[in-house]
Amino acid sequence: MLGWMAWTWPTAFVFIGIFSAMGVLTLLEIRNPGGDARKGVLGLTTTRGDRLFITLLGSCYIFLAWLGVFGTPLWVPLAIAVAWGGFCFWKV
Amino acid sequence: MKTQNNRAWLFVLPVLLLVAFNALIPMMTVVNYSVQETFGNNLFFWQGLDWFEGLLRSDRFHAALGRQFLFTGLILAIEVPLGIAIALAMPRQGGWVSVCLVLMALPMLIPWNVVGAMWNIFTLPDIGLLGYFINHVLNIPYDMTQNPIAAWVTIVTMDVWHWTSLVVLLSYAGLVSIPDAYYQAAKIDGASNWAVFRYIQLPKMKNVLTIAILLRFMDSFNIFTEPFVLTGGGPGNSTTLLSIDLVKIALGQFDLGPAAAMSLIYFVITLLVSWLFYTLMTKDDLN
Repeated sequence: MLGWMAWTWPTAFVFIGIFSAMGVLTLLEIRNPGGDARKGVLGLTTTRGDRLFITLLGSCYIFLAWLGVFGTPLWVPLAIAVAWGGFCFWKV
Repeated sequence: MKTQNNRAWLFVLPVLLLVAFNALIPMMTVVNYSVQETFGNNLFFWQGLDWFEGLLRSDRFHAALGRQFLFTGLILAIEVPLGIAIALAMPRQGGWVSVCLVLMALPMLIPWNVVGAMWNIFTLPDIGLLGYFINHVLNIPYDMTQNPIAAWVTIVTMDVWHWTSLVVLLSYAGLVSIPDAYYQAAKIDGASNWAVFRYIQLPKMKNVLTIAILLRFMDSFNIFTEPFVLTGGGPGNSTTLLSIDLVKIALGQFDLGPAAAMSLIYFVITLLVSWLFYTLMTKDDLN
């Protein structure tokens, strides 16, 4: 049924990752409502969802920039993206 | 703790389903295509990130992206100030209000492909009214099918003609919602016209302007039909904007993999710029 979508395991994992992250945020929201809004180092008031969005969007750019400048493999940008995610949830 | 009724979320569900089918699922498919090669027959071969790497290093992509940013920059720089100026000049009451509003709304009612075709004929040097006037009355050589600068002037003018009204109507809506008391207070203080604009009208229009700028950014950044019908990306590649190049790759060459990769890069650029605009312009409100 999903043949036309041309699924591959790597792309499936990307989406499973994103949807699980959203699921975790939903659970956190149910346990602690309010989105944990705070003012971060960028001067923005962010909730958990905003921080996930900034993490994902930033990671896209980290990977694209690395691909454009250095090409594959992508272990280094992966580490940078994980660090960026940690920074977003910690400080932003 | 405040009890909240979360049942309202159920009403959002139909929209969510609609978005899933018309945006989310096609989007996922594009992501899947972007890492594979296909020769038709629904057969796909793993390609990894080659398409992304190739695109990010290709001069053709850089040039199209540059033209796209130039186009959007010009559009915003012209349409936003012009739209505000026209909105300020429009009458706030009386019979002319509806005349002005209808006149302003007219260009937006015309379908995109018709706008492209109209301007194509309008600006042709021998038979078009404008083209003939510029060439034979003003004696300025102007041919958008031959000269890249003429082609650029034409597509930018066309977009300004088509979409400035959107900025006008939104700004006008913002302007008429300002209570008279503000103007009276400004008059008592002896404020100049500029001060009234800078400290009353502009701040009060901020929300509608945010929407106007966002809409004009996204629309002009994703513009396809009008320049495609008008110039077809030519002369040469001079008006081949990102969307036109994308369609050439996807449908002209049927290279679905590279086209998918290009769409995703296109998407994250639109997403980032829209997010930045929105965040920067609503930052003060949220804090």
